[in-house]
Amino acid sequence: MEVLEYDVVVVGSGLAGLRAAVAAALRGAAVAVVTKVAGPRSHSISAEGGMAAVVHPNKTGDSYELHAYDTVKGGDFLVDQEAAITLAYEAPKEVHFLDSIGVPWNKDPDGTFSLRQFGGMSKPRTVFAKDKTGFYIMSAIYKHVKGFSNIHLYEEHLVTRLVVKGGAFHGVVAYDMRRGELRGFAAPAGVVATGGGGRMYRLTTMGFLNTGEMYGYAMRAGLALRDMEFVQWHPTALVPAGVLISEAARAEGAYLVNRHGERFMKRYAPERMELAPRDVVSRAIYLECLKGNGFVHESGLCYVGLDIRHLDPERVKQRLPLLLELSKTYAGVNPLNELIPVRPAVHYFMGGIMTDIEGRALDRDGNWVRGLWAAGEAASTGVHGANRLGSNSLAECAVWGRLAGEAAAAYARGRRPAGELVAEAVKAEEERINGLLRREGGGESVRGLLKELQNLMEGGGGIVRSERASVEALKKLTDLRGRLNNVRISDGGRIYNMELREVLELEGMLLAAETVLLGALLRQESRGAHYRVDFQNRDDRRWLVHSVYFLYGGNVMTKQRPVNVTRWMPEARRY
Amino acid sequence: MKSVVIKVKRYDGKKTWWQEYKVEAPSEKVSVLDLLVKVKEEQDPTLAVRYSCRMAICGSCGMVINGVPRLACQTLLSELKAEFITVEPMWNHKVIKDLVVDLEPDFEKVKKVKPYIIRDIKEIYETDKEFGQKPEELDKYYNFAYCIQCGLCMSACPVVATHERFLGPMALNAGYRWSADSRDQGWKERVKIIDAEEGVWACHLAYTCSAVCPRGVDPGFSIQLLKAAMLRKAKRP
Repeated sequence: MEVLEYDVVVVGSGLAGLRAAVAAALRGAAVAVVTKVAGPRSHSISAEGGMAAVVHPNKTGDSYELHAYDTVKGGDFLVDQEAAITLAYEAPKEVHFLDSIGVPWNKDPDGTFSLRQFGGMSKPRTVFAKDKTGFYIMSAIYKHVKGFSNIHLYEEHLVTRLVVKGGAFHGVVAYDMRRGELRGFAAPAGVVATGGGGRMYRLTTMGFLNTGEMYGYAMRAGLALRDMEFVQWHPTALVPAGVLISEAARAEGAYLVNRHGERFMKRYAPERMELAPRDVVSRAIYLECLKGNGFVHESGLCYVGLDIRHLDPERVKQRLPLLLELSKTYAGVNPLNELIPVRPAVHYFMGGIMTDIEGRALDRDGNWVRGLWAAGEAASTGVHGANRLGSNSLAECAVWGRLAGEAAAAYARGRRPAGELVAEAVKAEEERINGLLRREGGGESVRGLLKELQNLMEGGGGIVRSERASVEALKKLTDLRGRLNNVRISDGGRIYNMELREVLELEGMLLAAETVLLGALLRQESRGAHYRVDFQNRDDRRWLVHSVYFLYGGNVMTKQRPVNVTRWMPEARRY
Repeated sequence: MKSVVIKVKRYDGKKTWWQEYKVEAPSEKVSVLDLLVKVKEEQDPTLAVRYSCRMAICGSCGMVINGVPRLACQTLLSELKAEFITVEPMWNHKVIKDLVVDLEPDFEKVKKVKPYIIRDIKEIYETDKEFGQKPEELDKYYNFAYCIQCGLCMSACPVVATHERFLGPMALNAGYRWSADSRDQGWKERVKIIDAEEGVWACHLAYTCSAVCPRGVDPGFSIQLLKAAMLRKAKRP
């Protein structure tokens, strides 16, 4: 058994994780990045449209406060407003940092950043690298990270447990897929940056690795989750694959049309039309389908058309090359003369591990679990509230990745890793996993259970929710939790045992799914991405509160916390 | 529905064997990855495959399909025009299990060419000064920056197959991309690494790398551009 000692252990290797690693390493910390992904393949790489940051306030008459306000309004006032201020002030620095490590941002002829306007943003303030922004960021920062001698990457290591004892973080236990062994990582400070959990759903723009098990593991370790009921559906996922078609298309002027050729957004968001926030547009598409105004795909999926035929083809080739490629490969259409078939798919989790504004991970009472931070989609800093605006997530990952990394390095200085505590945890995990591998009997397959989970999530935690549907989904989920104990792993080997990984993932996913459904059931109002047919209005008197989830005696419990309203009072949200 | 037979070259750490699976493809538009995932779901969960984004950008699912190194998610049934598909792990790589190979040696080679902006560290971390880059400066390296490090070029390269120390197309392309970036000042440092027998000069111009690149990066061409810059003793390629 092996326990490695570091100053800072970062879990996850997307933008947030790698940014944290760089920030900590620059402060002299010895950093381990422990990630279930191989190489630069985290899902940040699939981010397309861009990164919001007020880089040239004078060029467009923009300001940090306006960016923060748009974020607060976009999040339907469930945003912790000081977090939005932090995002707005810090994001431009991160764009410059990424520029200095080699991200090829699109530039205007005068050498300044090109900008595009995203949904819910009142100015063009999204910087971008064509429509492959995440790809260029990830390939630059991954190589940058590899240049540090004090950052060690442990790839294809699935973290199965956070070691938390006495209110403090001590390390993690991970399953090393390539060697087929468990490894412990002991460190006084940790940053969790494991991304989202789109694969709980059937239709998602997220990759196969975005399973969201860490949400569940975090609760097991005594951390709290917040606002998990707010799940973003991106309006334009390609039909039938669910691959993302960037919001950049609409930012460049694309229309959404129904089967009558009507730009239906005029009935839902007359001012901002296609550039309303994502929750508004996704709901509009859903309703068009419900009214029979959508197209029907051979797979049975209802969809609408994304129309770019009126745009200058040269500009499209320059600025949206990935859109052209994806439409051709995965839907067989040429967007220059055909409609692109799109429909909503799960894209982002506004909720996550509850943190304060500095990214410190909190328990259910709001106390910091000493030594632990969370950043990126895995975290809920409160910045997105009930709905995230497009292009705010790359900014979020970079900003809180850096803040967490810096703070973690400072905290670790002068502190020693508790190797024995982690060694004990490795031993306990070893027994648990051996038990899973040796389990006999039981006829459930992990992929069968996963399919059932994905279907029930769409029913109870979808774009439109109701008490009845959520209750039904929760019942089915309880049944699944019981059946998880009957899963049999047919792969007897330990090296690259994908079934073992999938079982471990599913354990965490089921816990996370329960928080989503519980929130969907309990929140009797409609706000941002959470829409209830039986409570169609926002109710600030009762529900201007965060939902907090935690484990108590093995069961998911929930409570409420106030929203930090410091600058802008809630107002009607019109677009 | 169409019946397809997939023959997969498997490896469990001890032995290698070929295994056939018969799957029903719901349409001609599905990818080889879709079919492999279907096999895992319906028939054999022990089959090891690396995949994530399924949109040809994360670079996980490189493998040899019907004798050509390709991304499984980007290879559609309709273009294979075959009812019989063979799938093997990428050539020139150590196999970990089934279709999962060890790409670490490739990444180590990329690391050797210092694939990042080289200039005064203070300029990177301590100022907000914009380095600035004009569209025409961007065009010099943009296409070469689209390498997703999937390893297919390394799998296809005949020199990599026989010359273990050869840096190979993936690393050399990175050497070009970073040196051609107007923000970079590291060309002199990199020349020392790639102006060597295991650097650009081992390339035989087979161009198989460019032929299999799923992103149209053309590493074969970047290697020639590097050679040209060295011979001309240019300040940057």
